[in-house]
Amino acid sequence: MRTPIPASAVEDLKPPVSSAGPLGWLRANLFKGPFNSLLTLFILFCLYKMAPPLIRWAFIDSYWFSDADVCRAGDGACWSVVSQNLRFILFGFYPYLLQWRPAMAVLILIGLFFYSRDTGRWNRRLGVVWAAGLVVMGILMHGGVLGLAEVETDQWGGISLTLLLALFGLTAAYPLGVLLALGRRSRLPAIKTVCVIYIELIRGVPLISMLFMASVMFPLFLPEGVTINKILRAQAAIILFTAAYIAEVVRGGLQAIPRGQYEAAESLGLNYSQKMRLIILPQALKIVIPPTVSILISAFKDTSLVVIIGLFDLLKTTQVTLSNPAWIRFSAEAYLFIAVLYFLGCFSMSNFSRHLEKELKA
Amino acid sequence: MTDPTKESPTTAPENEPIIKLIGVHKWFGDFHVLKDINLSVDRGERIVVCGPSGSGKSTMIRCINRLEEHQRGKIIVDNIELTNDIKKIEKIRAEVGMVFQHFNLFPHLTVLENLSLGPIWVRKFPRTVAEQTALYYLEKVHIAEQAHKYPGQLSGGQQQRVAIARSLCMKPKVMLFDEPTSALDPEMVKEVLDAMIELAHEGMTMIVVSHEMGFARSVAHRVLFMDHGQILEENTPDEFFSNPQNERTKLFLSQILH
Repeated sequence: MRTPIPASAVEDLKPPVSSAGPLGWLRANLFKGPFNSLLTLFILFCLYKMAPPLIRWAFIDSYWFSDADVCRAGDGACWSVVSQNLRFILFGFYPYLLQWRPAMAVLILIGLFFYSRDTGRWNRRLGVVWAAGLVVMGILMHGGVLGLAEVETDQWGGISLTLLLALFGLTAAYPLGVLLALGRRSRLPAIKTVCVIYIELIRGVPLISMLFMASVMFPLFLPEGVTINKILRAQAAIILFTAAYIAEVVRGGLQAIPRGQYEAAESLGLNYSQKMRLIILPQALKIVIPPTVSILISAFKDTSLVVIIGLFDLLKTTQVTLSNPAWIRFSAEAYLFIAVLYFLGCFSMSNFSRHLEKELKA
Repeated sequence: MTDPTKESPTTAPENEPIIKLIGVHKWFGDFHVLKDINLSVDRGERIVVCGPSGSGKSTMIRCINRLEEHQRGKIIVDNIELTNDIKKIEKIRAEVGMVFQHFNLFPHLTVLENLSLGPIWVRKFPRTVAEQTALYYLEKVHIAEQAHKYPGQLSGGQQQRVAIARSLCMKPKVMLFDEPTSALDPEMVKEVLDAMIELAHEGMTMIVVSHEMGFARSVAHRVLFMDHGQILEENTPDEFFSNPQNERTKLFLSQILH
């Protein structure tokens, strides 16, 4: 005969000590089985051997604000290569006394990014704020109005140039990539063919060769006397290049949307652009946030390739600093410094993408 | 609560059939799915289409709002002939509501946004009016309290009722139902059928692809039996169920009625 189970018998119990708390964590993550324990011990040993000398080099024996001779005499890290050349690394050949202007522009840009982090603020007003911010940044960088001295674009350099190339490169490449993805899935053969050819051609060519074409070949086709700014040409190459990659990622997202969504949108009488804008793209773009951000991050780093056509971005100004015989030995320190700057940029992008994914996950 | 947008001037005379299929053929590749379909549906008429799977029932109603393209014959909806003219197709789609087997709600929008989307963008209603309309129809399908949830948070039956309300918000002249209850758990079939029966009692023109014979018996004016891309038999529900003429109809009915 069956008896009802008394309620007291199924009371909640605490988990055993060995599987919860810090001890449980250690067991589960570091010492689970002999192989795991061995790995943990090995890594601890490596840390013990490597960490102290590294800390000694970077922080204890290091020089922060000395000149080059002092650095060469000691054997710690020479962070002075950064501190003594900081303004050149950050701003390149921008006139020394006017360097507060690019500094302001960079700060405004960072401020705008922080302000835009919250998706609740994404409305028309934010668009206006950004437009105004861009105008102010442009005026600060270029001058020529409001009593600011004019600074030609060939004097721009350093972090402001890197951020400029990245900002416009990424924001223009994204919508262009989306359009290309839609075009590649178009039912009109002409549009489809053009998009396929574009995407495949661009993806088949390294970015370096496109930058060379933009800087060397393209001017040959222009009529005499007409010149297009070098930064603009590099910028265009970066945009066209990145867009092709974004297009393929977005196409993947479009393919993930079930046919029923298209049919439901169509059966309401929505036209093509409404269907895409309101129903399909919001879902497809959300799916492809992780790979899209990957592409944007690598495009951000690829802006450093403009060194080869003689633009003075962050990497080039660092190289120029290191070509000074006094500082030539301290490339590790200098490159570590710009690595940190690039890392901050990339890490905040990937951080933001995770934040965005969470926020859009309804 | 009243419907804030109540008025529907008809473009065709009342006595004209609202849907006419004349000699319609369709192929999927080499496969002949629809063979010489002739059908005329009057305003206010309710038709249930049944038949074995693969018989072309879904394809037929999907041709009516051009989710599928027919290759021969004529389809005239509300006095507009379906051609490749996308403007005309969009106009017809706005007048013809469709409810799908798998609901096809928009998962990234709330229930209320799902419902007000069409009225706002296609009918160009102001947002407040569209939302009032949406709430009116949500109330009609007894689900108004879910207005601010996302489709993923609802049960299948609730989702399908939302889908019905979404179509109704467009003030369609015809409603097409493509197996609306066949993806539902059994205990949810009734709530969806009840909503459809209520709609029928209000005089909506409906074409329903379904095997719910009880529903067919109680609301249909005509029942159609399709097999192999042809309409083999059509009759009033009473005659259709008690006295089927075609051998294949008899076989089919014996299989589904046990």
